[in-house]
Amino acid sequence: MTVLVVVEHADGEPAEVSLQALAFARAYASGEPVHALAVGLEPRGLGAHGVATLHVAEHDAYGSYAPAAVAQAVVEASERVSPAAVVAGGNELGNEVMAHVAAKLDLPLAANCVAAEPGDPARVTRVRWGGSLLEEACLHAPLELLTVQPHAVAAAEVDGGQPAVERFTPSLSDADLAVRVTGRVEAAAGGVSLADARVVVSGGRGVGSAEGFAVIEELAELLGGAVGCSRAVTIAGWRPHADQVGQTGTKIAPDLYIPCGISGATQHMAGCKGAKAILAINADRDAPIFQLADYGVVGDLHEVVPAISAEIRKARGGG
Amino acid sequence: MNVLVCVKRVPMTGARIVLTPDAQAIETRHLGFTVSPHEECAVEEAVRLVEAHGGEAVVLTLGPPEAEEQLRDAMAIGADRAIHLVTDGEEWDPQATAAAIVAAVEAERASGVVFDLLLFGNESADAGNYQVGVRVAYALGLPVVTGLKGLSVEDGRLRGERESGSGRDVYEAPLPAVATVLEGLNLPRYPSVPGRMRAQRKPVAATTPARPAPRLEKLRLVVPEAERAQAEILGEGAAAAPRVVEALRQLGVLA
Repeated sequence: MTVLVVVEHADGEPAEVSLQALAFARAYASGEPVHALAVGLEPRGLGAHGVATLHVAEHDAYGSYAPAAVAQAVVEASERVSPAAVVAGGNELGNEVMAHVAAKLDLPLAANCVAAEPGDPARVTRVRWGGSLLEEACLHAPLELLTVQPHAVAAAEVDGGQPAVERFTPSLSDADLAVRVTGRVEAAAGGVSLADARVVVSGGRGVGSAEGFAVIEELAELLGGAVGCSRAVTIAGWRPHADQVGQTGTKIAPDLYIPCGISGATQHMAGCKGAKAILAINADRDAPIFQLADYGVVGDLHEVVPAISAEIRKARGGG
Repeated sequence: MNVLVCVKRVPMTGARIVLTPDAQAIETRHLGFTVSPHEECAVEEAVRLVEAHGGEAVVLTLGPPEAEEQLRDAMAIGADRAIHLVTDGEEWDPQATAAAIVAAVEAERASGVVFDLLLFGNESADAGNYQVGVRVAYALGLPVVTGLKGLSVEDGRLRGERESGSGRDVYEAPLPAVATVLEGLNLPRYPSVPGRMRAQRKPVAATTPARPAPRLEKLRLVVPEAERAQAEILGEGAAAAPRVVEALRQLGVLA
């Protein structure tokens, strides 16, 4: 069956979630052509991701992001292609645009799918609780709208020629352009960004106070990493929300995650599923975090963490 | 200004999710209940806006009779009254949820109350469908801004900030409007004891809408397989430090 994929791009460079959505769509289409939609300009390299036809929506208004205007392009591309399904990446932008598409067409939308099977009705498996739970569901719709959970499917290149390119100008209403990006606030340049850090050292309730984070900061700095925290810490006002790792905080994917004094609630673990390795430090040997980590140290973080920092200095010969 | 804020009762899941034997829901016999952190911030923002601009903050939920607890929690921190769309505990899909909220907003309008701003969490903690606020906006013909971590109202316009890359994008919309927000928008206050007592006397208008057939139909829930098992314990207390450093070296994070 024909599938249309919404491809997000930055100045022509397709987003990784969109390439994952294309891999998901190829499996769903089982050999039928995959169409892609992009707004503004042609993303590069989509032929190698199995796109047969690329639809490019062009409009003067696409200079600044307006979610409803992007959704209108999806609706019109869908009219041109008559696909069985429209698929987008399940990141903030993809979910936002597809929610607009679903509202415009009054169709159901299955967000953050990890698997899908065509049929009448189509069957999907989607994530709940930030990935701590899965839901199997039916989608009763003449046109299936799906977004794909990031990293559920790996992007993969295939042998494919250049896609045919079809350009069109969607009819955008005033309502489509009523909400758009009108300005920008740049953040002050800081240290290592939490989302991109190779190592993250986090503190939880067990740290005990804002001042208690000094030992966490010291270890993070020694490892060239970033400081994170649990939700209990931001609610207590010890750290800003920008430091929070979790389902409603930052999702991290470091090579190593070191949660200190963190029990391992689903809210927190949903934010660090992407970590390659987890080393937990907790005074309670029965804490659930020890079932969710690769390595553990049982002990008071205020003793263990400074000892690790001292040992690193010793190993580096710094004394 | 009048602000409507929508919340959803969800269990506090702790570390391990256990399902009911029919796999239709989370086993909640030993769990407390709350709302999404995003929604806690939405309630706080609604109360702050009304404190600053006057008017009324109204909290709405679609949920079982027990969800009155979450309505009282919101009124304890300052919401003035509540609308409870009472269900029998069955889940409602996003389209049905949005339609019920729209009907409640229209009923308020018929009785003379017009909301200048409708606030939602960006996505619910449990189902995470990312769409109810947007659907409500379309049905009411209102502009919608999602994913906000900054929000202000001035001269009948909403200004919202959303994180993007290294900074924030700014959105503007005329009121009335719909906005969905993220945790980090503000630091919600704790309810005071007098606040909790006042909340017991605030009005809750309950109605029981009929549940339409779901178009996104839940079949069953599945607990995903654990990605990790028992951690290898490297040691206890400060004495574990040498083995930790050895592990850091093996993991290649010790430059």
